[in-house]
Amino acid sequence: MRRALAAVALLLAGTAQADSSLPASPLAYTQLPDPAQEAQAKALMETLRCLVCQGQSIADSDADMAGEMRALVRQRVAAGERPAQVRKWLMDRYGDYVTYDPPLSWVTAPLWIAPLLLLGIGLFLARRLFRRRTA
Amino acid sequence: MKKLLIWLPLALFVLVFALVMNGLIQPSDRIVRSAMVGKPLPAMHLPPMLADKPGIDAKDFATGKPRLLNIFASWCIPCVAEAPQLLKLKQAGAEIDAIAVRDTTPDVQAFLARNGDPYTRIGDDHAMRAQLSLGSSGVPETFVIDSHGVIVDQHVGDIRAEDVPKLLAALEKAK
Repeated sequence: MRRALAAVALLLAGTAQADSSLPASPLAYTQLPDPAQEAQAKALMETLRCLVCQGQSIADSDADMAGEMRALVRQRVAAGERPAQVRKWLMDRYGDYVTYDPPLSWVTAPLWIAPLLLLGIGLFLARRLFRRRTA
Repeated sequence: MKKLLIWLPLALFVLVFALVMNGLIQPSDRIVRSAMVGKPLPAMHLPPMLADKPGIDAKDFATGKPRLLNIFASWCIPCVAEAPQLLKLKQAGAEIDAIAVRDTTPDVQAFLARNGDPYTRIGDDHAMRAQLSLGSSGVPETFVIDSHGVIVDQHVGDIRAEDVPKLLAALEKAK
């Protein structure tokens, strides 16, 4: 009997609430009236990382914080800021990690240089192989 | 040369295996730290959350005494867990201000009545703007602000008993 009661109580228990019950800012889920500005804002949102759901962009995420970040991006773009400025504002606060389009630095340089290096090695190997055949 | 080359695939396999195992045993740190540590507190002006306590203004921080700035919410469960530690910090003489994220006055009142109230000021950050301008990526987080209003340290996540001496030392250093 006790066990059954406990099981029923467990079934009836609500989940622990871990998000605010406040409604999101209007611009989190509403597009800007100017289509050109909305396109700019949307393009920027797709390259910004959601900080609480780190595999997603803020354009894809339903997390509270992603919604507020979208509202922030739209507000700033609507106020006439260029997307690069908004990105810089966020990078000043969260570091390069917040953008999916990281700037060239010593950490990211290998990403750019490695393909060129590998291509060079490939060409070198190919040349040696072809020479051997003709000889 | 050929004798050595025969080991190459095995060596590559071991390398990849070690990488994968390392990722499994020691997953990388997913904490996003604020890039604002070392910079002055950004300009912010938050209305008071409660009638009997002032709100938050960045200008109130460069007053010659270091302060803690706690980011919390009544809907945040780790915030309940850290409440006793904040009270301990307060007893040890720390000045604690707070930013309540996406919250309502009755909810904050109920939260403080239940878990204790260590705060001198509480600002209402309904749209997370102050949180975003601080480079904070969740609740709870605690910033140490030095006597000149510069952010000198950030504690991510709930404050545990073992973090209390660390935060007190950070406050002492920030004088």
